[in-house]
Amino acid sequence: MIQAILFVLLIIGGTALLSWPLGRYMAWAMDPGAGQGKPNVFTSMFQSIGGPATRQTQNWKRYVLSLLGFNAVMFVVCFAILALQQHLPLNPDGRQALEGSLIFNTTSSFVANTNLQHYSGEVAMSYLSQLAALMWLQFVSAAVGLAALAALARGLAGRTLGNVFVDVQRATFLVLLPLALVVAILLLFTGVPMTFQGSAVATTLEGVQQTIARGPVAAFVAIKQLGTNGGGFFGPNSTHPLENPTFWSNVLQTVSIIIIPMGCVWMFGRILGRMKHAAVLFAVMLILMGARITGAIGFEAAPTHAFASLPITQDVGNLEGKELRFGAAAGPVWAVVTTSTSNGSVNAMHDSLNPLTGLMPMIGMWLNEDFGGVGVGMINMFLYIVVGVFIAGMMIGRTPEYLGWRIEAKEVKFAMMGLLSHGFFILVGTAIFAVTPWGAATLNNIGPHGFSEILYEFSSAAANNGSGFEGLGDNTVAWNIATGTVMLLARFIPIILPLAIVGSLSTKRRATESSGTLSVEDGTFAGMLTVTVVIVGALTFFPAATLGPIAEHVMFMK
Amino acid sequence: METLLSSLRITVATMVLCVGGYTGVVWAIGRAVAPDLAEGSLITAPDGTIVGSRQVAQAFTQPQYFWSRPSAVDYNAAGAGGSNKSPTSRDLTDRAKETVAAYGATPENPLPAELAAASGAGLDPHITERAALYQAERIARARQLPVDRINQLIDRSAFSPGGVLTPDRLVNVLEMNLALDNAAAP
Repeated sequence: MIQAILFVLLIIGGTALLSWPLGRYMAWAMDPGAGQGKPNVFTSMFQSIGGPATRQTQNWKRYVLSLLGFNAVMFVVCFAILALQQHLPLNPDGRQALEGSLIFNTTSSFVANTNLQHYSGEVAMSYLSQLAALMWLQFVSAAVGLAALAALARGLAGRTLGNVFVDVQRATFLVLLPLALVVAILLLFTGVPMTFQGSAVATTLEGVQQTIARGPVAAFVAIKQLGTNGGGFFGPNSTHPLENPTFWSNVLQTVSIIIIPMGCVWMFGRILGRMKHAAVLFAVMLILMGARITGAIGFEAAPTHAFASLPITQDVGNLEGKELRFGAAAGPVWAVVTTSTSNGSVNAMHDSLNPLTGLMPMIGMWLNEDFGGVGVGMINMFLYIVVGVFIAGMMIGRTPEYLGWRIEAKEVKFAMMGLLSHGFFILVGTAIFAVTPWGAATLNNIGPHGFSEILYEFSSAAANNGSGFEGLGDNTVAWNIATGTVMLLARFIPIILPLAIVGSLSTKRRATESSGTLSVEDGTFAGMLTVTVVIVGALTFFPAATLGPIAEHVMFMK
Repeated sequence: METLLSSLRITVATMVLCVGGYTGVVWAIGRAVAPDLAEGSLITAPDGTIVGSRQVAQAFTQPQYFWSRPSAVDYNAAGAGGSNKSPTSRDLTDRAKETVAAYGATPENPLPAELAAASGAGLDPHITERAALYQAERIARARQLPVDRINQLIDRSAFSPGGVLTPDRLVNVLEMNLALDNAAAP
């Protein structure tokens, strides 16, 4: 137990400390000259790369339309590469054509920063598809999230939103690329391969042929983790010993999952000039995540129930689907961290987690804001803030305000639409697939756990997470179309609506904050926000949870 | 139109730097500094044939070898995966019964749980020290060696993957089996 506590402190505490200087750097990179609008050397460079459209400041509509335009280009490029991979170079193992609905699903998934994978990397993808289509999107889709957050923060600070083409380049070249380079090089030394040679064929000691898939893995894994993408080079993701070879590669990858989402909170605070407010938000997020980590480690300490009646030792936790080299706490900690952010990579098979442990990642995806995806996690939290401030304002009988902006019916409607769409996609999708062969015929487990597989898949798609209860046979036309569509809608609705809110706020006069204003920098606000998140976010899904993981726990674990 | 043009220009720029430049730099560093790791930690026999990867489990079924953890994909390193069965699943009980029978485990001498549970990718190259010791007697009998020799080998090979953070020591199955074969060779 003491090792588990030390492990959590090392990973979460260490990353929280590192996120402070990173947030400072990100604010400098994303918002140079903070407010003076003076272009620095990078800004002029990015303007000359991007062309004339980068020189204008954009209002919220222009910003959103340009963002969508760039995403459309991302979609077309990725789709084309995947569709033509059998004719393109860098395909030493001769990967064949992919099926149409799988191409749609995979492209949507990587454009939406989700990385839900209905294919297995080492079976289906050429090295060119992995690098130029998928890894490229892992960079730019994360950059789009960061750009949107920077624009939101500038808008709330009462400034113009900036230019999305410049912001995307800042995020890609100044934040993601340098960090990925450092992480990729460190991963090399832990034993993650980086080669363009095809599979190696070995003759084992017992004389059997074993084909060992490999490839340019180190470069891919670094940005997979840093950009809250989560799509593995290999099918079983970071459980694969060539994707995550040692205890320390696992520590490095876990840190890489949360460091940028944590830094985003500080960046948000710096652009706003409200670091105390950022600290309160950071604390709320940390508490919500910490609670689930504690729960997951506790629940996963129970031994594998299926072995209870057999002559098998019962003194270690559930080891089905886990790797020994990471240590006992690593699986549950990663499971929570990867779903708290919208990463979705795994270092243990979530389908084989104990029932209540499996509930912890689901709750993470339902809330989707502590710390959330790169950029978009903080944006989701903004939706909860709007609703929370509104409820608090009603309770104390004052016009709700946030940072001096009056929150009125229009803004609350937009925020609620964003939050309710999340529940709508998950619950309606699950309901439809649970009662039709689309879902029921694809299950790997029976009973409540089968229901959990469907619930998890839609939660993952709607949260742009990408992890799964991977036993589900999800490479079907129905699953590909349904989750592909949900991923795209769930990606862009929570980016468009907050920017629309800022657009609406910017037409109002900003009030000066007085002693009567609800403070956003104290414990009361933290409590109010936590309660809002738990009630709006979690209770929506409680009935579904009782049908899945909770029912399974009650039936088997006694 | 301007939006499309800018999008395309940024696409080209990010492709060149993030796909071409970044991948190239990481590849070059791997090749220069850690070529063995970058190629997948392969082990080659003296005659040049590849025996396996240090990091990838392979199937062992003969009694004179340490056996790896169960694999849901039968140690397929070109299509890895886990069982994805719920820990409450009857299928897991049935699978574990076979493992228990293979090891001849009894209630007096229960099988370490890590030898019954399949790993996430089905390629976990390690077993715990106690899981290795559990197999020592079978190996000693098959190789007609004193069991102490096997136990010494285990003790020499065992390591803590995370120092103080991981109390359970592990051994690498393929490396141990190579050591066994090398010791047996004249």
